Formats: sequence, C-alpha cells, structure tokens
Amino acid sequence: MRGTKANIFTFIKYFSLLLGVFVALLPITVILFASFKTSDEYNSTNPLTPPENWLNFDNFTRAFIEGNMIVGFLNTTVILVLSLIGATLTGSMVAYVLNRFDFKGKKILLGAFLLAVLIPGVTTQVATFQIVNGLGLFNTHWAAIILYMGTDIIAVYIFMQFLNNISVSLDESALLDGASYFTVFRKIILPLLKPAIVTVVIVKGVNIYNDFYTPFLYMPKKDLSVVSTALFKFQGPMGSSWEVICAGIMIVIIPTLIIFLLLQKHIYNGITQGSVK
Amino acid sequence: MKLIKSKMNYNSQRKLVIFSFSLIPVLLLVTFSYLPVINMFFYSFTEWNGFSPTKEFVGLDNYIDIFTDPEYFQVFKVSVYYFVATFVQMGIALYFATILSFNVRFKNFFKGVLFFPYLLNGVAIGFMFLFFFRPEGTLDTFLTIIGLEGLIQQWLRNPDIINISLAGTSVWRYMGFNFIIFLGAISSIPKEVYEAAEIDGANKWYQFRYIILPSIMMIIQLNLILAVSGAISVFEIPYIMTGGANGSETFVIQTVDLAFKFNKFGLASAMGIVLLGIVVVVTIIQRLAFKKETE
Repeated sequence: MRGTKANIFTFIKYFSLLLGVFVALLPITVILFASFKTSDEYNSTNPLTPPENWLNFDNFTRAFIEGNMIVGFLNTTVILVLSLIGATLTGSMVAYVLNRFDFKGKKILLGAFLLAVLIPGVTTQVATFQIVNGLGLFNTHWAAIILYMGTDIIAVYIFMQFLNNISVSLDESALLDGASYFTVFRKIILPLLKPAIVTVVIVKGVNIYNDFYTPFLYMPKKDLSVVSTALFKFQGPMGSSWEVICAGIMIVIIPTLIIFLLLQKHIYNGITQGSVK
Repeated sequence: MKLIKSKMNYNSQRKLVIFSFSLIPVLLLVTFSYLPVINMFFYSFTEWNGFSPTKEFVGLDNYIDIFTDPEYFQVFKVSVYYFVATFVQMGIALYFATILSFNVRFKNFFKGVLFFPYLLNGVAIGFMFLFFFRPEGTLDTFLTIIGLEGLIQQWLRNPDIINISLAGTSVWRYMGFNFIIFLGAISSIPKEVYEAAEIDGANKWYQFRYIILPSIMMIIQLNLILAVSGAISVFEIPYIMTGGANGSETFVIQTVDLAFKFNKFGLASAMGIVLLGIVVVVTIIQRLAFKKETE
C-alpha cells in the first residue's frame, strides 16, 4: 500500500518536472528549428518540424550582416565593459567609505542610497530623459554607461554586505604599518572584495545585456544599436522572413546560454544575493 | 622629512578619502535618481511639450485627467491580469522548488532548465512568443497535434484574450526567478529537521506544510506585496510584442507614449508621479509588515 503511494508520488514528481521542461524549452526549440530552414522550407513545414539541413547557416549570415548584429555586439561590449568597470569602482569606493568611516552626515548618505532603491527607474524616465538630453548625452554611448553606473544601486549593497564580513583588524594593522587609506583600499579591500565583484559583474552584466528600454530611448541612432535594439529592428524590414528573425533570436540567446553553462553556480548565488534588498 | 610628508596627517587623509570616494557616486545618485523625481513633480503641474522654453501651469488638471478620463484609466484594468499572473507564477515556482528540494534524479538539469528563461533577453523573448502565438505558429500547431484544434484562438488579436497571452509570457519569463529564490530559502533549512520529521513519521505533505512553508513564508509575503508594483510597472513584454495594441496597453506604455510620441510631458509626468506613489506606498507597507514579523 505504502509502496504504490510512493510510486504515484514519484510519477507525479517526474511527470510535472518533464512538463515544466517541455514548457520551458518548446518556445526556444521551435526558434532553433526555424533558424536553419530555407525560406521555402519554412513556408511549407509546420513549426514543430525539424529542419532538413542542420548546417544551413544562411539565415545567421543574413541576420548578422543585414540585421546589423555585428554593430550591436560591438556596442553592447563597449557599454558592458565601461559600465561594469565604472559601477564596480564607484560602488566599492562608496561602500568602503560608508562601511569603514564615521563622519558627519554618514547616516544621511546611507539613507540616500537606501531610499533610491525605492524609486523604480522606469517611473521617472520622462524627467531623466530631459537631464540626459540637457547634459548632451542623448544619442551617445555615455547615456547608457552613465545610467547603468548611476541608477542601479545594487552594487553598493552587495559590496556593503560583503565588507561587513571583512575584519577591520586587517585595515588597522596595515594603517599601523604606515599604509595610507588609499593603499588600504587598493591593496586590501579591493582584492578581498573579489567574490563580491564577481557577483556584481554577473548580475549587472546580465541586466545590461538584456536591457532594452535604456538603449531604445536614449540611443536611437542606427550606429549605436546594441544587441537588444538591433534585434528589435528586425520587426519591420524582415517582418515576413521569420526564419531570419529566428536566427537573430538564436544569435542573441547563444551568448547567454554559454555564460549560463560556464558560470551556473555564480549566477544562482548572484541572483539570490542581489534579490535581498 | 619624507616620512612626515608621506604620512600626511591621518585626519586630513581621512577627510580626503571620504570626500573623493563619495563625490562621483553621490553626484550620479543625485543627478539620476533624485533630480528626476523632483523635476517630474514640477512638470506634473504643467502643460509642456518637452522642448518649448515655457511651461504652462495647469494645477491639478493632469491628475484629474488620469483618474477621470476612461481612456487613461483603463490601463489599470490591464495591470489586474499581470497581478493575477504573479500568483500563478509564484504557485508554480513554489511547487517546483519544493519538488526539487526532495530527492530527485538529474536535479541540476531540471533546476537549470526551469531557471534559464529568466536570463534571456526581453526582445528575444518577445519575438519568441510572437512566433509562439501567431496564427499557425507553435501553439496552434501543438494544439492541432494533440487534437485540441478547437481551442485555437486569435491569441494576440482578440482583446479578450491578448492580456492573458501576454501575462502568460510574463509568467514564462519570470517564474525561474521566484523558483531560484524559493529553492535557496528551502535548501537553507538544516537536513536534521527533515530527518527528525521522517523519524516521527511525517509524510511529504506534512513536511511541506509544517517545515517548508513556515520557513519561507516571509519571502512569499514579500514577493506577493512586490507583485503590486510589479504588475503596474509592466512594460517590455507588451511593448515589444504588441506596442500596446488591441487593448494591451499598460500604465508604463501609456506614460512613454504620452511623453515621447505625443509630447505631453506634463500629463506623462503626472502619470509617473502616480506610479511612483503607488510603488512607494506598497513598499512602505511591505517594510512595516516585514518589521513586525522580525520583531
């Protein structure tokens, strides 16, 4: 009796898991199929039929060249690198000051950073746009870079949490040896923050790669397309060639898949830490 | 002499570090987080096209428009779909997190696949589901194969269904996030607790009801409250897939369109302030409730 009950439980367990996997993968799999089909083949077969030739890369070539994807990847890379360096530096610096020093106005400063999390960026775009425009950053890389550096405070949090666990005695003994505060930051704090930096780079990196809103609003110029906006522009000119759009989708997904497979553990940790605001 | 110089008085060095290390982050914070809110507040009492040097003061007119004109008000109804969808999403996430906290073969595979959609690019997801819902697309073909072609609908054209399709897409996209958070919380329960429960003869349901559920109750509450602000700030999925057509316009799509398509910055700012107000109130309620729990 107990045996059959356990069997039913096991069956339901695996059945629902497989159903979950099916639902998660079906929309992606059909895109993969379509991306290898020729135009005629796409029109004559249904979406669930695998392609005849798995080595037909024509759609990928067209997506890359006609679809401006190369420019998109270049711009995304530039923006990613600069804003990640910027966010890591500014975030760790202000976290160091807030965690290690006592000074007048510290509470206000800390409060200002905490309160800013409550303001969802999407609500204030109307006014942010005027500021970005007024600073002459509209239609430049800097619009995205500065917004990614300045508006997402998550880096500051992760660094502050992490600094709590780095013993102050390390700083103190270095200071006794005659090191300056700058040296302490550069030689002791920054290297010890490495795991936190990895988390910040992953969480922010994924967000920046996937962000559509910021580049769409602030960098509409064609030369400034990033991966998201380049793909978004497929809609008009290639509206009737779904097989090319599908190749474009795959081109955007593949880097994410590779990063995920390589850094799974870090990603899970980063998501869990980043969510505890 | 050299020694003294290099050991610049620690007190002034301290001040220098505090000042120089906070200068840029604080400037960024003020310019891009606080200044927009203040400006938006002032814009919201004006009629302004976004570039003319003069703004006409109109008092509360913009706010009155938002809450009385049915054209602007109907977007709140659309958020209800996403709000309900969040419950579905969390239910599914909780189910899979619980299942995977027990002994399961290929655990990492299941965990990875269920989480993966959350990492994907929003535009890619939008297009993927345009393909999924289009006539004779993935969904229609699948329904035909399993003999349910009678259920086929105009998934993205019928105003009665479109928001369900879009909210479903949103569940597909974000379920993995809740799932990973729940799974993390459940795995932090010490193994001994389960072992003790098994010795006492507690079955899986009792383990879920009396061990797992209480230990993640706080995270569930937190996420449920956040669902309110989440539902009202929906933008990417419907904007990319439909541009807000066929009755799928959300609050944020409307705000963006009013400002950048129709140059009504005053009205758009008022909408932004309303949205911000809702989010802040919800967050304060959540913080207060959260505080009580931990005390």
